[in-house]
This record gives sequence, C-alpha cells and structure tokens, in this order.
Amino acid sequence: MEKDKVPQDEGITEGISREVQYAVDKDGKYIKVLSKGWEPKNIVNELAWEDIQESVDLADEKIKSGKASPVMHFMAKNQMNATLLADYIELPKWKVKRHLKPKGFKKLNQNQLENYAKVFSISIDELLNFKPE
Amino acid sequence: MKLDFDHIPAGHCENGVISSLLKYHGLNLSEAMIFGIGSGYFFAYMPFVKVNGIPLASFRPVPGMIFTKAAKRLGIKMKKQTFRKQPKRAMDELDKVLEKKLPVGIQSGVYHLSYFPPAYRFHFNAHNLTVYGKEDNSYFISDPVMEYATTLTYEELKKARFAKGPLSPNGKMYYPISIPEEIDLKPAIIKGIKQTADWMLTIPVPLFGVKGIRYLSKRVRKWPEKLGPKRAASYLAQLVRMLEEIGTGGAGFRFIYAAFLQEVAEVMQDDRYNELSKEMTKIGDKWRTFSSLSAKTCKGRSSDPDGYNTIANLMLEIADDEENFFIKLKKLIK
Repeated sequence: MEKDKVPQDEGITEGISREVQYAVDKDGKYIKVLSKGWEPKNIVNELAWEDIQESVDLADEKIKSGKASPVMHFMAKNQMNATLLADYIELPKWKVKRHLKPKGFKKLNQNQLENYAKVFSISIDELLNFKPE
Repeated sequence: MKLDFDHIPAGHCENGVISSLLKYHGLNLSEAMIFGIGSGYFFAYMPFVKVNGIPLASFRPVPGMIFTKAAKRLGIKMKKQTFRKQPKRAMDELDKVLEKKLPVGIQSGVYHLSYFPPAYRFHFNAHNLTVYGKEDNSYFISDPVMEYATTLTYEELKKARFAKGPLSPNGKMYYPISIPEEIDLKPAIIKGIKQTADWMLTIPVPLFGVKGIRYLSKRVRKWPEKLGPKRAASYLAQLVRMLEEIGTGGAGFRFIYAAFLQEVAEVMQDDRYNELSKEMTKIGDKWRTFSSLSAKTCKGRSSDPDGYNTIANLMLEIADDEENFFIKLKKLIK
C-alpha cells in the first residue's frame, strides 16, 4: 500500500487516537503512517456490535417473560457468556447458570450480589432494580 | 515517578512493547525487525478456539511467542513473572521494579482498558503495554496501539492484568535484565525467516500456514449455506477484524513483514530481499482487497453466495502467492 492510499475514514477511535499503518513512501521505502480508520472496518465493527445488542435484546425479552434474571442482561451487555462470567465471579458455571434464573437470583446473599455488581461495574441497586425497557 | 521513556506508536502491541523497552536500554531495533526475528508472521485457523462464539483465525502465532523467540535469538535475557490469583503481589512487584527505574511490559486484557473507545473493548486478553511510572494512584502507560501515552488507575490496571477468559494474563509482566553489548543481526534474522517459512509451508496439519488459508477458503464458501446469512456475516466480520483491527499494521501483519524485509536487505547487503519485500506488499494489498470485499459482502448480511465464493477464490490465490513467496525466501537464506 502506498502512503497516499492509507485510508483516513473516521472510525471508532475518532477524536481519541489514530492507528499505525505500514505503507511505502514515494521512494518505495516503508514508513509508519497514522490512519484515522477504514470504512470496511467500520462495517465489520458495526456488525459485531449488532451481535452484542442482539444478545442484550434477547436477554431482556427473557427477563420480561420471567424466564431470566437481571444477571442475564448485564452478562450480555458485558459481552460475556456463562463460562466467562463464572470465571470472573469465581463460582462454578452451574451455580452462575442458576443465578441467571429469577428463582436462583432471589436466593443471592448480599455478598454474592456485591460480587456480581462489582464485575459488572454497577451498584447492587442497579442490579436488583433492573427493568428491561 | 515518571521514567524518561519514549512512547512510540506501533502497528502491533507485542513488538511495539519490546521494541520500545529495548530502546529505553539503548538498543535500537524497529518493531518490524523484532517481528521478523521473532517469526511473527503466521496463519492459523483454529475452529476449536472460539472468540465470541466464532472460530478463531489468526495471522500471528500464540501471544508471547514472538517476544520469547526474538529475545532468545538476540541473546537478550528477559525476566518474566506471572502471579496466578495474586493481584496484590503482582501490583507490589510492578511497583518494586518501577522503583529500580525499569519500565515494565505487561500482558493485559483489552476489555478493562478505560482509555480505549468502547467499541474497541472486547474480551481479548493477549494485549501488551508498557508501564513507565507511577504517581499517587495512577500509572503512566505506553500502549503501542495508541497514538499518545496515557494513564490507568491502580484498580483499572489490576483489573486489566487479571482479566479472565481464554489467554488470561495472570498478571504477567516482563522486562529485559541483560542485553549483549554487540548483536549480530544476521544469524537472528536467518533463524527468524527459516522458522516462518517452515511454519507457512510444512506444518503437517491442514489448519496452519498456507494449507490453513486453503482450508479456511473451503469453509468460507460453505458459510452462507451452513450458518445462514446472518451468522455467516458475523463469522466473516470477525475474520476481517482479525486481519485489520487492533494492531496488525494492516493486512494481518503482511505489511510489517514487508517492512522487515527492507531492513533485512540493508543488513544483508542483498537487494533480492527488496524484491521480495515488493512481492510481500502485493500480498498485503490482496489481503486488503479481501477485507474490503468481505466487508461489502457482510454489509446488510446479504445471503448472496457469490460474495462468499469470490472471497474464497481470492483466498486460494493468496495462499498460492504466499506459498511461492516463502519458497523463494527460503532459498535466499540457504
């Protein structure tokens, strides 16, 4: 890629940072060029975010119909699955899966609630009072 | 306390960190040189490793390997420590080393790095950055994929060092403890090139090297039918992100390798490496075309199988190009 062909399409790092792109100058020598971003990357990043949003929406539907607890919403929002969440909470996965259900969620003690809130970077109140829109 | 440390933006985090750590100790080696010597060029398709539920395609070897190999080949001794389930000790040890006026390389998760834009932050744990000082509760951070140096609080850094999930860093930190007075680059370069060529050409498993690219091409062709248009688009999008996103210098490290070959031409006083650098640039350009076509194909999640066939064909072409390239490169180092 030539230096003047390095794309400068505003992307997700807009206003925060530019990224290094390797390209050749007019003498054919490699240099590092700072790039604002590239449209194809914007497209694929958007797709990745659609997927995350979709799993949040799915979680919210389940919560509304009484099939899931607020933990599922925040798990999805934090791009986690039960395995990763269990890793963070330091509990076996089967226990975390119980907490994803309204019945298991009600049984959580203060300490456990605090753990979940901490991992999700929210307050216990936010976790307990979460209502999907 | 803030060390006199140059923040140098780089294409890739791991090489960027090593390159700037060495520079602090008076050894000037570019990111591209470290990348080439450490055999950073690769292709692997690993359906058994999933990121966001999608099989992983990688354009580099496992994290940490480039750095270990480069250090070994250059005769540089690094101190490496991990602290399984001991976050406090990991932070104390970091402080101790900083007090000795040594900048420290850190493996970190990306998800907890507050200075990244939200859209950058996903659960990827093989990121690297340098800590080069501490003041009150905050650490001075040089993250090579960022344009400017930045800071993290104690809690943020601790969280990032103990991110969970695949490739969790377990507080890993590293820094050079001895650097030879004189370094002969030639044997290190030759070892680096030889291993890359062998990996790309001869690993007897169809998931790695040029065989891996051909294997993945076959899968890509079947994605729309097998996964449905929606999921297929997600798979393809992740492939493009692996190629272009978060520090590859563009085209899945192919351009960094071309830059490396130009430096090799100078060290070896051999213009044939410049010719091969040009060839590598063309390969990189084809990967860029691949990314561009793939983005078009997944945009709107269309189910048009032609899009997938076109990019699968392009992958086969690239696999042939990379194969021919490494056969030629291997001949040069004999």
